[in-house]
Amino acid sequence: MLLAGGQGSRLGILTEKIAKPAVLFAGKYRIIDFTLSNCINSGIDTVGVLTQYQPLKLNQHIGIGIPWDLDRKSGGVTILPPHIKGSEGNWYSGTADAVYQNLHYLEEYDPEYVLVLSGDHIYKMDYSKMLDFHKENNADVTIAVLEVPIKEASRFGIMNTDDTDKIVEFEEKPENPKSNLASMGIYIFNYKVLREVLLKDHEVHEDSDYGKHIIPMLIEQGKRLYAHKFRGYWKDVGTIESYWQTNMEMISIIPEFNLYEEFWKIYTNFDRQLPEYLGENTHTDTCIISEGCEVEGTVKNSILSPNVIVEKGAKITDSIIMSNCIIKENAVLDRCIVCEDCIIGKKTKVGFGENIINKKYPKIYTTGITVIGEKTVVPDGVVVGRNCVIHGVTKKEDYKNDELQSGETLLEKEVIK
Amino acid sequence: MKLIGIILATNKSEKLWELTDKRAMASLPVASCYRAIDFTLSNMANSGIKKVAVITQYNSRSLLNHLSSDKIWELGTKQGGLFVFTPSTADNVFSYKGTVDALYQNILFLKRSQEPYVIIGSGHHIYKMDYREVLRYHINKEADMTIISKKMPRNSELSSYGIMEIDNDGRVLEFEEKPLEPESDIASLGVYIVKRTLLIEILEQVVAEGRYDFVTDIINKYRKKLKIYSYLFDGYWSNIGTVKRYYDANMDFLEYDIRKQMLIDYPYIATRIKDEPPAKYNPGAKVKNCLISGGSIIEGEVKNSVLFNRVCIGVGATVKDSIIMNDSYIGNNCYIENVIIDKQVVISDNQKIVGTKEKPIVLRKGTVV
Repeated sequence: MLLAGGQGSRLGILTEKIAKPAVLFAGKYRIIDFTLSNCINSGIDTVGVLTQYQPLKLNQHIGIGIPWDLDRKSGGVTILPPHIKGSEGNWYSGTADAVYQNLHYLEEYDPEYVLVLSGDHIYKMDYSKMLDFHKENNADVTIAVLEVPIKEASRFGIMNTDDTDKIVEFEEKPENPKSNLASMGIYIFNYKVLREVLLKDHEVHEDSDYGKHIIPMLIEQGKRLYAHKFRGYWKDVGTIESYWQTNMEMISIIPEFNLYEEFWKIYTNFDRQLPEYLGENTHTDTCIISEGCEVEGTVKNSILSPNVIVEKGAKITDSIIMSNCIIKENAVLDRCIVCEDCIIGKKTKVGFGENIINKKYPKIYTTGITVIGEKTVVPDGVVVGRNCVIHGVTKKEDYKNDELQSGETLLEKEVIK
Repeated sequence: MKLIGIILATNKSEKLWELTDKRAMASLPVASCYRAIDFTLSNMANSGIKKVAVITQYNSRSLLNHLSSDKIWELGTKQGGLFVFTPSTADNVFSYKGTVDALYQNILFLKRSQEPYVIIGSGHHIYKMDYREVLRYHINKEADMTIISKKMPRNSELSSYGIMEIDNDGRVLEFEEKPLEPESDIASLGVYIVKRTLLIEILEQVVAEGRYDFVTDIINKYRKKLKIYSYLFDGYWSNIGTVKRYYDANMDFLEYDIRKQMLIDYPYIATRIKDEPPAKYNPGAKVKNCLISGGSIIEGEVKNSVLFNRVCIGVGATVKDSIIMNDSYIGNNCYIENVIIDKQVVISDNQKIVGTKEKPIVLRKGTVV
């Protein structure tokens, strides 16, 4: 059961129109590809994807699951949106509630074990090893955990275990953590245990949640919960900074998270194969450029998704440019994230000026990265500062003195008035 | 749909040397991520044709592998499909006696179809065309057969094509295969539209006479009896029948106008999707005027070249005017110029390999230097 309904609200304009699992990552992938590929690479061929927030892109991307070999006669991938039951319908109001509302899907397959996952993370993991561990321990529930630096442990859900990896206590964001084993939000349940606890918890909590309700209840019941230690690369790209940073890790000479290995391939839905063209005036330095790009400018420490056009004299540094964008002649981008289908005008400069935290959204845009929402047009010859947000078809009049100062926001709704 | 398609992927060419040792011409890699047959297959699918037969014979393994999913070209429908035919092994004959024989041995495909017209194309021609226009022309002219043709530049080895003389209406008067002294500059592109029932009739007749070649035994022989018309095509077209032509056809795609018309603009040329990560340009990569595909890692200098999937270019290496196919590796500080490097070639550090534009060096699949 793959939970893909989250908004990822700390990603700001990146997830304005699409769910977090559908955000592009490392050029041609979407975040959910990593979890879906892990499933099929681990031998899991029956996957329910629970969607809720802005599911259109996600639905189109997953389709019938062909890229992941999940188009199957029995099992395969099933999209599970919230729905009306009898005379009433409810949104998914918690991670466990979402699975509770789809118990009939599980009943159809009557499995022995259920793996609960989220579609928000970048990692490669063999779930079959975790299942082996689960069986060896005769566990009711196994939770994948990651060893985090103890000083950061208070940001996570922490598992306190005994010598045999059995979980004795669970603490959500503890002030004084007793261990450094952070929950990765990956659970294997014995189906019968899961079913029973979901039914029971539903009567108490409408917003039933694994971390808040289910795990504590199971520990209280004296069930066998085990922590399975995962060693490897795992990233939650939950903020603008971590999204940017994690992308940038993919371009290092030998990345810790290597997409170029034959083993444990990551698959994605990719409708059209095209070569990329690098022209006579192209300069590249440490970058990833995807299929279908036409590059005539300079690309440095950056990541280009498929079908991006970089015209002559344009210069892109430390930036992420998503699919189908056009960066016009002599435009200059520095530390930007440009979402899908944008046009950046000629001689326009984005990401220049003082590092002033965004005034309207001071919690989201803080580290100097300017973000441009999907289908945005930035006109020719303007200068945009740092920590700015722009979304919509903007015109020269929208920029005072041809400028949008650092920390300012320019959104479609405001432009319309 | 009124048309069904047949693609003859039976050709091999001695003039392609090592390149077609282990593969049919139709499965030669072209333009960084395609195979030659993708163009004709996509033309057929994009023209609304639902049913396509590919007839193969020599070295068809890589071709069969490439064609293993009909969904790629959207031919995998209930009422259509992609059929792949190999020579019958019943009489211990593992090849066709000629193009007519290739069609005749698969005549059931023609007999079992209901569509009134057949288009016969070839698996190794690189062009983009809407065959529906040709069919309209064919019907308007009340032709028995329409041959797609092209006015070739005078200096273009006319004597390697089938050359036609036509009247003002477009009707073919004379047809001469590979003439020593060409009388015209209109060359047959080897693509034909014929009425299905007429084709069945002619095939049976010609085979009964023990003749097996489409050009000499059908076109030439029937040119007066049948109304054969020429449909002039004026878009981009290339044939990859020799090493030089194969090299040039790939290099053509470095031109923006050709790339735009052939690859970027709708309708699209479809090919097998490769699950490769995007290409990576490490420090030291200097890439100018090149086509690159997914999975490649570049750390050296590459100029005026076409690279396919998963090519590695080492630190300090220089590659110029070359074609490098899938999974090949160029070591550090190599110098490569005017070379066609087939798949899975490994070139160790500090090697120098230089050919000429007129005679590029070809490195056979799997070569280790």
